[in-house]
Amino acid sequence: MKKVRLRIDGVEVSAEAGQNLVDVAADHGVFIPTLCYMRDKPCLGTCRVCSVKVNGQVNAACTVRAAPDMQVAVDEPELNDMRRSLVELLFAEGNHNCPSCEKSGRCQLQAAGYETDMLVSRFEYRFTPRQPDHASDTIWLERDRCIFCQRCVEHVRDRASGRKIFSISGRGSKSRIEIDVELANRMSPEQVREAVELCPVGTILQKRVGHDVPIGRRKFEVQTLRERTLGHARNQEQADEDRIA
Amino acid sequence: MRIDSVADILRRQRADRTRLLDMLWEVQRGYGHIPDEAVEVLAKGLNLSPHDVRETASFYHFFHDRPTGRHRIYLCDSVTAKMSGHAEVAQALERETGERFGEARAGGDFSLFHTACIGLSDQEPAMLVDEVVFTRLKRGKVADIVAQLRAGRRPAEIANPAALPTDDVAYVDTLVESNIRTRGPVFFRGLTDHQATLRRALDQRPEQILDAVDASNLRGRGGAGFSTGLKWRLCRDAIGTTKYLICNADEGEPGTFKDRVLLTRSPRDVFVGMVIAAWAIGCRSGICYLRAEYVYLLPYLERQLQNLRDEGLLGRAIGGREGFDFDIRIQIGAGAYICGDESALIESCEGKRGTPRVKPPFPVHQGFLGQPTCVNNVETFACVTRIVEEGPAWFRALGTADSSGTRLLSVAGDCAKPGIYEVEWGISLGEVLKLVGASDAMAVQVSGPSGECVAARDESARRIAYEDLSCNGAFTVFDHRRDLLQIVRDFMAFFVDESCGICVPCRVGNVDLLRKVERVIGGKACARDLDEMVEWGALLRKTSRCGLGTTSPKPILTTLQKFRPIYDARLVQASGPLLPSFDVDAALAAHEQALTTVLGAR
Repeated sequence: MKKVRLRIDGVEVSAEAGQNLVDVAADHGVFIPTLCYMRDKPCLGTCRVCSVKVNGQVNAACTVRAAPDMQVAVDEPELNDMRRSLVELLFAEGNHNCPSCEKSGRCQLQAAGYETDMLVSRFEYRFTPRQPDHASDTIWLERDRCIFCQRCVEHVRDRASGRKIFSISGRGSKSRIEIDVELANRMSPEQVREAVELCPVGTILQKRVGHDVPIGRRKFEVQTLRERTLGHARNQEQADEDRIA
Repeated sequence: MRIDSVADILRRQRADRTRLLDMLWEVQRGYGHIPDEAVEVLAKGLNLSPHDVRETASFYHFFHDRPTGRHRIYLCDSVTAKMSGHAEVAQALERETGERFGEARAGGDFSLFHTACIGLSDQEPAMLVDEVVFTRLKRGKVADIVAQLRAGRRPAEIANPAALPTDDVAYVDTLVESNIRTRGPVFFRGLTDHQATLRRALDQRPEQILDAVDASNLRGRGGAGFSTGLKWRLCRDAIGTTKYLICNADEGEPGTFKDRVLLTRSPRDVFVGMVIAAWAIGCRSGICYLRAEYVYLLPYLERQLQNLRDEGLLGRAIGGREGFDFDIRIQIGAGAYICGDESALIESCEGKRGTPRVKPPFPVHQGFLGQPTCVNNVETFACVTRIVEEGPAWFRALGTADSSGTRLLSVAGDCAKPGIYEVEWGISLGEVLKLVGASDAMAVQVSGPSGECVAARDESARRIAYEDLSCNGAFTVFDHRRDLLQIVRDFMAFFVDESCGICVPCRVGNVDLLRKVERVIGGKACARDLDEMVEWGALLRKTSRCGLGTTSPKPILTTLQKFRPIYDARLVQASGPLLPSFDVDAALAAHEQALTTVLGAR
């Protein structure tokens, strides 16, 4: 892979040409929060929480590929507030009651709220009633918490037919996630757990499993979102070095 | 319609997913809606989950998942429709049909829906009845149409009593007016020998055509103004097995209708322009994506394509040149403004939701079915034909340094002569207003809601050109009687309805902006609300995924800038610590009500 040199917050770094800026930043110890993006999976570009400035223009970092002499700004008051605003929009749009949520402590939206220093949403909370879908044998779809990131729609498939298990209905603010019950009932317990883990919030839940990890020992309580994102990069680096050795 | 017919549809379309919109249209024509049983058959045949079929269908507002009446009536409720008597017509429709808007039910003769701009701003109020259009509606005309439909006459029979063939331009003229107010030098000249123009193009090497388009300085007429020559070159140079060419005829920006008129009066300029592009880029396959609102043009346009094939100007061995094969098919949309975005349009051509893609990759590199794809606007292709005919220097001599040629304006609203005007780029706002007979103009919405609201008097010296006031063709005039805040509200409601929902700022933020405008109108806003509208507007402009979200705050931002006093006049002072928009009584009432419910249940 061709290497390119670019600057993040004024510091010169090197990256593989074509690598996206979320990964490049993480590899160099700079944390950019994300909600839809998953390392090593195709970019979804839906949450925009990774917005940074590239040569002065605001762009979602997950959609921008490293190129020579790029000037990337991450830590600026305006950008920090922008990313916080996007997280706040989601808290106002859905119904997020962290204390009663099975995903509390493991929820990426909650973690992103902490990472962006959100205290309360500046946007009006909507409290729109949303219907849960509990028709599947194994999955409880709790739409109150859905942030419409598209991870389940794009990354989960019926293994036999390749069909979508999760899909969208409607348009705009009326759109929501649907679950194909027949296909969902064919998911292996392992695939169900993967789907639960893949959902950044508490929308896809495994039935008959509730608050199974005690407070204080949950994912983002043990290691923050920032530490995880940067740690993953470090682990990756270590793995690469090990492989070369 | 029987369920076997759905299997027939599937067979006819060779179970090709890219034709899903066509299949859904056929199902809806048969059933009056898209029932679960048909979805099941389509899903099975396409190896999709039924929800995945619904994922596509539910994106488009002309597709109905619940039964409707025998005739579906879509009345346009755009800003210009409301300025032209929409309310009276809506009332008449409800009275005559006995139905109510937004409450479609099965079994009746009619279902009534509202729909955004249908490209007839110069002849509103207008409505679509099934696939036929009626314009300049009045109470009496509505009563007459409804009575005839009730008596069993088909919409086409009512609109076309002379029974003209639907593929004839006379049929189109019976339904809608073209209202061309000025013609030439580039458009509507009517004397072009397309055979000779195409021969002239094919006598040149593709590289020479690219050079000519570069030299003409032609910029895409869809609005963004990207260099056409560069786009073609990028697509030509891209690696791919099949290259596609798409004509964007999804003219959805409220207030514009020039593409409809171009396709009506000069379809050959457009299609021959596509053939020239195909030659230059190396495309074998073309799609003309026509918005569903213009479906009444379909037979006429199909006839035009067939004529071109018969004359050897389209299809196999074009112009007698072995190896140059290129054909065009027309894809009908199904009601979604966002499909005007080129990557959303490509998704829609693939039979999916019109969700704008993440870029890069750009369509010129990976577009339709992952292949290099060039998407241009209707007017851009018409320009290309003229550039080949007259030469790039001739074209470049028109207009300004950065905006060569002419621009078609769709003029509507408060003026004496609404319709289509061809103007040279560089013309001033004041000159256009004079030309169209707008003597009392207060504001002009240039480029539709996604464009800019300008002050007619203070900014009359501004030039319509990429260098100053860029324009996608929409030019809507508001005089001093109009309530600009109400117009801004309608524009924001339009964006809320049309946001695809895929990205957070656009899906969520537009709703908040709409509420803010309504708060101002309701006399509950204070200065802080205006500050937040500016801040939140900037957030959407900067972080949204596509052009819809990056432009949707503009009605608010540009009117706040130019017409601040109309906002200030509605503001109230906060008394005490609470915001004026906070309704203490309503908030406490909810608590009271909850208590009553709980105590009452005990």
